Amino acid sequence: MISMRRCAVLVALLFALPVASVDTTVLPNAELQARYAALTHELRCMQCQNNSIADSPVFLAADLRKQVAEQLIAGKSDDEIRDYMVQRYGDVILFKPPLNASTAWVWFAPLLALIGGVVVAVVIVRRRSQLVASDDSVVDGDDRL
Amino acid sequence: VNRFLLPVIIFAVLAGVLYVGVVHSPEKSTMQSALLGKPAPEFSLPVLGNPSGRLSLADLKGRPWVLNVWATWCFGCRDEHPLLVEIARDKRVTIVGLNWKDEDAAAQRWLQELGDPYDIVAVDADGRTAIDFGVYGAPETFFIDANGLVQYRHVGAMTPEVWRREFLSRLPQGVQP
Repeated sequence: MISMRRCAVLVALLFALPVASVDTTVLPNAELQARYAALTHELRCMQCQNNSIADSPVFLAADLRKQVAEQLIAGKSDDEIRDYMVQRYGDVILFKPPLNASTAWVWFAPLLALIGGVVVAVVIVRRRSQLVASDDSVVDGDDRL
Repeated sequence: VNRFLLPVIIFAVLAGVLYVGVVHSPEKSTMQSALLGKPAPEFSLPVLGNPSGRLSLADLKGRPWVLNVWATWCFGCRDEHPLLVEIARDKRVTIVGLNWKDEDAAAQRWLQELGDPYDIVAVDADGRTAIDFGVYGAPETFFIDANGLVQYRHVGAMTPEVWRREFLSRLPQGVQP
């Protein structure tokens, strides 16, 4: 039988695997490093679309991370780097799409659904309460369980 | 509205949305290029098999051309290669290869074994030009018109239908084979 300690180590290793980073880029200072981390996490990997380029092991993601690092070192602003990516890959590359005519529905559809749901709920509750108010039938207490 | 009719209507609307989504999924899964209608990006790259040669965007100005992004590590490229070779017999269009993050020797061997459909192949060793074109997976094929504007991008292996519908049709009328 596996000892408790060995078992614990194995479990720990299980959790260690996904944590191991694909990206070991080191930038010259902490401020750039922080902006690098933030940017690479908000850019989508175009090959495996639910990963950010920070998390993706494919080489295109590595190439795009390299671009982010080089441009940060060259003194580009975060917005300039975002624009660079959007010009080439379109708005899809941003996990948080900008608000414009073609993306408006992405932003407002959930709100509309919520409002619709509230309206339906209110109508149902109103109707039911009117039903109770107009119900004059006598309840036979003994029938209740 | 009848209380029994309402669920039916909601179902019909959802089914309609699903139908549209399924029918149009090929176009949705291959995202439109962000470069459509915009000038092709500048580049200046070494030429495969010609150590002293360089190819830049300016060399291609004034005529329509096709950019095919390929590599020997790319499975879809092998699938589409025979079609490219066949397409290349039609001399109306210039086909430029972009050999993406590949090894020159392997690329040259590939062209010797499978045939060379390209008028010229530019070597994008560090992948920068591919990024400038918004390439996210090989093969990808672009149509660039005589004014240097990107008019179409096909993601994945070329098919005879796509070639006819999206590429041949964009050649200026009156160009003879």
